Amino acid sequence: MAQTRTIEILVGAFMAAGIVALFFLAMHVSNLSATKGGGGYLLKARFDNVGSLKERAPVTIAGVRIGRVESISFDKGTYEALVTLRVERDYDNLPNDTFANVFTSGLLGEQYIALDPGGSTEYLHDGDTIGHTQSALVLEQMIGQFLYNKAGESSQ
Amino acid sequence: MSELLRQLGRTGLQALGGLGRAHLLLVGILLGLPQLVTRPRLLLAQVFNVGVLSVLIIAVSGLFVGMVLGLQGYHVLSQFGAAQSLGVMVAASLVRELGPVVTALLVAGRAGSALTAEVGLMKATEQLSGLEMMAVDPIKRILTPRFVGGLISMPLLAALFSAVGVLGGWFVGVGLLGVDEGAYWGQLQAKIDFREDVVNGVIKSLAFGFVVTWISLFQGYDADPTAEGVSRATTRTVVHSALAVLGLDFVLTALMFGN
Amino acid sequence: MGRHRPHTAQPVREPILGTTPRGGSAETQRKAQGPGGHPPLVRVRGLHFARGDRVIFDGIDLDIPRGQVTAVMGPSGTGKTTLLKLISGQLRPDAGTIEVDGQNVHALSRGDLYRLRTRMGMLFQSGALLTDINVFDNVAYPLREHTRLPESMIRKLVLMKLEAVGLRGARDLMPSELSGGMARRVALARAVALDPMMIMYDEPFTGQDPISLGVLVTLIRQLNDASRLTSIVVSHDVAETAGIADRIYLIANGQVMAQGNPKQVEASGSGWVHQFMHGEADGPVHFHYPAPELAQDFLG
Repeated sequence: MAQTRTIEILVGAFMAAGIVALFFLAMHVSNLSATKGGGGYLLKARFDNVGSLKERAPVTIAGVRIGRVESISFDKGTYEALVTLRVERDYDNLPNDTFANVFTSGLLGEQYIALDPGGSTEYLHDGDTIGHTQSALVLEQMIGQFLYNKAGESSQ
Repeated sequence: MSELLRQLGRTGLQALGGLGRAHLLLVGILLGLPQLVTRPRLLLAQVFNVGVLSVLIIAVSGLFVGMVLGLQGYHVLSQFGAAQSLGVMVAASLVRELGPVVTALLVAGRAGSALTAEVGLMKATEQLSGLEMMAVDPIKRILTPRFVGGLISMPLLAALFSAVGVLGGWFVGVGLLGVDEGAYWGQLQAKIDFREDVVNGVIKSLAFGFVVTWISLFQGYDADPTAEGVSRATTRTVVHSALAVLGLDFVLTALMFGN
Repeated sequence: MGRHRPHTAQPVREPILGTTPRGGSAETQRKAQGPGGHPPLVRVRGLHFARGDRVIFDGIDLDIPRGQVTAVMGPSGTGKTTLLKLISGQLRPDAGTIEVDGQNVHALSRGDLYRLRTRMGMLFQSGALLTDINVFDNVAYPLREHTRLPESMIRKLVLMKLEAVGLRGARDLMPSELSGGMARRVALARAVALDPMMIMYDEPFTGQDPISLGVLVTLIRQLNDASRLTSIVVSHDVAETAGIADRIYLIANGQVMAQGNPKQVEASGSGWVHQFMHGEADGPVHFHYPAPELAQDFLG
């Protein structure tokens, strides 16, 4: 009987350790603690070019993440990229003249959306569209522009 | 020439026959599940055999794999000035791939071969026939609890492996090589996705647990009831399990992360 | 020692049948009704069984009468153990029928077969004890599996069965701590735990020292007579088996070579039977494996 008891205790400890490890992976290693399921509200934004922005990319204000990119689609009518953002419910006071930029984290990092709040007293609500957007900077265009300017300078 | 073809045909038929017997056995094992629910105590000893007895080897291996990943990752990443991402690299490798796969390989070697030997010896010493003569179905009574025990233990062991590995990587990266602690954990949490990475890893290890215990039990049950037959079956368990795990890993990875 | 205990309590009831080298089924058919009009417990008719290309049984008829010890003897490899597995339904014959207590074993559903098996005991060559539980739990296993008896009752029953085989004191030992003879006695206690109607012994005397041999011989006879069991002993140990059997079937080459009580079989005129029963090195079965002449082999 004593042996059964030991086995029971050890099996219990094993199961507990396994579950703790899973919990650790879920809460501490992965981003589960940061996503709150399907909560929050949706905003839309149109961009001429989203670069390599991916679904589930972060949406930040002042470097703090407040949401995620929900979906990216192509608008056949306007030839623009239509990006849907899911913003957490706590941040419900975004002015309606907020500016949306596609930025890159670091030189080689992935792209994210940075919101720049304006000064309006009207707030954005679920389903609203952000009017002011700036597209992603594409490296080739930047280099091209840089070379063009340099060429212009030297010819003067 | 015709002899060669005949040999090939015979080998093929034998392989197909084995596959068929393995599936019939699986059906038998699964049919034993309702009975197992009424006797949960049978499961306890099997979770002990597969799970608890494998904890040490899994934890130690996980620690070393994590530490090696920390070292290697640091040297590569620091060349690009991206040592901050060390945590992401360590955790992604562990949670997505190394955790489930290495755990499955270790369990196949540690517990799978033991299962094969145990069942094979029970067959060789007529214990299975004895049970049958006592009107007890040996598949339901002996194999089903072992199967479920392996299925339960595998994801828990894989999670343990990954968790210990992440800590090992943290110890080397942050403790010895001076990566910023905040960057290690912060990047980790930002980049490792719960559904994409952790849940997929658990699904993988469940699949591996299924395959490894199935192969182990089949090889034991199908072994020639002699000492030589059992030892050959034990070898086959390790070889077949390893191949099945690696092959299945490719398929699952292609399905999960392939798009 | 009591290993050649005369079985006066069991007078020979069967008429002399002599030897039937080709398994005369008409003759066997006639005596299918046992002595007192009781049908035999096990009735085998026209049994054919082959393993791959090797024919093991080629039309065998057997009757195992109730309440007696019937021995099935024959050289190694004649499928004596296979016969027991066929009777218990672990193997399926290619042709022919096997009836146990009036039920065709191979026509039963799985549930009915298992129910029938609870009324059969089998003693395996190795004992087949479960190695991860002790002697007490091994004997209690079929009781716990098939009855809803309270634990105190099971304890009493197990101790009774262990007492009958003289191993009550060994109840806390693990099977690995038992000698071969003790393991077989524990297995015997387990086989009779559910008070079956018949017990099949698979080579019970192989590899036993003289003392445990004597113990086993006595036990088989005692158990048979004390609880009105029917026993089938499969063996090639002529002296021990002939000492306790009421009836003997001699099987070789897939046929019944001889049957009857020990004296009849021993006195049988057939040269082969005589050679087998007396363990002679040369006779109809030659000492030499078929080979060309020695001189020829040397020269060639």
